[in-house]
Amino acid sequence: MISVTRNTVAMEGNHAVAYAVKQTKPQVLSVFPITPQTTMLEKLAEYIERGELKAELIKVEGEHSALAAVYGAAISGSRVFTATSSQGLLYMGEMIYWVGGERVPIVSAVATRAIAEPWSIWDDHQDFFTKRDSSWIMMMAENVQDAYDMTIQAFKISEDKKVLLPVMVGFDGFILTHTMERLEILDDEDVERFVPPREFNLVDFSDPINVGPLAQPDDYMKFKRDAMIAMRQSEEVIERTAHEYANLSGRDQDGMIECFNCNDAEYVFLTAGAWSGDAKEAVRRMRKEGKKVGLIKLRVIRPFPEKVREVVRGVSKIVVFDREYSFGFGGILAGELKSKLYGSGIEIMSVIAGLGGKDVRPTHFQKVMNDVISGEKFQERWLND
Amino acid sequence: MTEIPENIRSKRIVREQYFFRGNAACPGCPIPKELDLMLEIMGKKTVLVVPASCSTVIMGDIHGSPSTVPVIHSAFAAAPAIASGVSRQIKLKGEDAKVVVWAGDGATGDIGFAGLSGAAERNEDMIYICYDNEAFMNTGIQRSSLTPYGAWTTTTPAGKREFKKPLPFIMMQHKIPYVATASIAYPFDYQGKVRKAKEIQGFRYLHLLSPCPPGWRFDSSLTIEIARLAVETGIWPLFEVLNGKFSLTGISKTLLEKRKPIEEYLKLQGRFSKLDKKEIEIMQEAVDSMWEDIRKMTN
Repeated sequence: MISVTRNTVAMEGNHAVAYAVKQTKPQVLSVFPITPQTTMLEKLAEYIERGELKAELIKVEGEHSALAAVYGAAISGSRVFTATSSQGLLYMGEMIYWVGGERVPIVSAVATRAIAEPWSIWDDHQDFFTKRDSSWIMMMAENVQDAYDMTIQAFKISEDKKVLLPVMVGFDGFILTHTMERLEILDDEDVERFVPPREFNLVDFSDPINVGPLAQPDDYMKFKRDAMIAMRQSEEVIERTAHEYANLSGRDQDGMIECFNCNDAEYVFLTAGAWSGDAKEAVRRMRKEGKKVGLIKLRVIRPFPEKVREVVRGVSKIVVFDREYSFGFGGILAGELKSKLYGSGIEIMSVIAGLGGKDVRPTHFQKVMNDVISGEKFQERWLND
Repeated sequence: MTEIPENIRSKRIVREQYFFRGNAACPGCPIPKELDLMLEIMGKKTVLVVPASCSTVIMGDIHGSPSTVPVIHSAFAAAPAIASGVSRQIKLKGEDAKVVVWAGDGATGDIGFAGLSGAAERNEDMIYICYDNEAFMNTGIQRSSLTPYGAWTTTTPAGKREFKKPLPFIMMQHKIPYVATASIAYPFDYQGKVRKAKEIQGFRYLHLLSPCPPGWRFDSSLTIEIARLAVETGIWPLFEVLNGKFSLTGISKTLLEKRKPIEEYLKLQGRFSKLDKKEIEIMQEAVDSMWEDIRKMTN
């Protein structure tokens, strides 16, 4: 951490998230090392070792146990945190659904990364998107500042009584985890006021219950319906939390989505994650050329923002950039947007790019959008070169 | 109606119940009694963590539970880690409560083995009890790594060809503070070991042989008889390892020199009914060889 002023520092993404975690004061953490998340785990271990964070760090033998351990602690009253990436997220998979189904407030950071085979340690979003129907709220950061801000907000959202769902904060592996950026941090006291100590405990000896027992079909369906309602309510809570955070930090903070130059736009990019920054740069350049281009950045991909419907009025074409793929379906965000905007008449085109860390720059965004503006039509385009 | 004389009535033992009757166990299943005996020692400030197993069903559904203590249901492989989380939180709160994992042999020896070994290596403060019915019984009698040699299961129709994984001995190698075996036929020995485990800090492992009437193919009235014969024939030695010191307990102390032939144990169970003489000999040799090892450990 390099301090510029009292509240402005330079930090790499993993350390920024670790710092946010330290400020929210979880009592139990369990994280298994995996590239590119590992330096976050090391930083957390260091905070605990130095007594800066008073917490138990359970050093488990794998990610399945990492999430199981924080689940046990969360049920019995702790604020908890875990983090993972790629194969680790898949290995956690069973517990991801378990925790989501039980609706226990837990925050997990996910340094997004491609899935083997073939081996790849670099970034894409395939790992993250495999978990999209696991009853977790899923947020995605654009930059290091976002990763820090979202982590703090995630605890508040997760523990809100109208929500009570676990939250995953995705941030692109290496692109954000290992890049040092300018970061504005909050004071510890402000964070504590924003996310006060947690009150939640399912282990009560005076009124013992079964946590997570067998549910007959009628009950199971009710559980799922309740989760659906909580997901729906979470949109409002996420918006409110972002607003409160903006007041606290003195910086603009969007909720479910961020609109960049999309008020009068005819052509719009839709993205999630770090390359939203590159897309913004492409928009800036194209605006200078007088082209009516904008960007919708999803801050939250689960629940898929209802708000998207409102902000696309007047848009004629949307180009969705997907860093993951569903076979026979296409880019996942593109497919989801099509479903959300069904019957709107807006043309939606899908671009698959950046898989396994393949470089994507503002010029790639510009090139695709220029083709679209000049009348090219495509269902799906892979940026291979 | 004859009135019960006051002096007799006062001598009736009134014992608090920890695990209620009317649960969903099969007739003759020892699990409810094993839970009850354990909880009687552990007390009400005990959190049970129960991975997928027969006990998941026995614990009832969301409308009611036979348990008087909190129960956390767990995915198959997650129990030791969930219990680690609960245990750390109890420690943070400074609460006088205990965590007990209550798991079958499949969760313990197979799918959850990495988690078990991890929690033991970290010396997490918990008691792990494996109730061993020697197969995946909840899904309908499929072999596990703890199914004994020769036993019929639905996935070993001609009898299992591999020996039982020696879990209590493997746990011993983790150098944890306490390891013990027990049997439902010897409830005082079992409760004594639970009591001992309760007083110790760190990772404690108890391995409880739990005869299963439908899985082992015997009449549900014979559960205790079979559990007793397992000990008397030496196929299930009762022992404990306290801070590395191995000692036989109860009747097993008398079995170093002479034990009943294991055939007496095998012949009551349908799962061994197809064994020929040679296979029984192989099993007897394995038991005798285990006792030679035990002799070395007791010296």
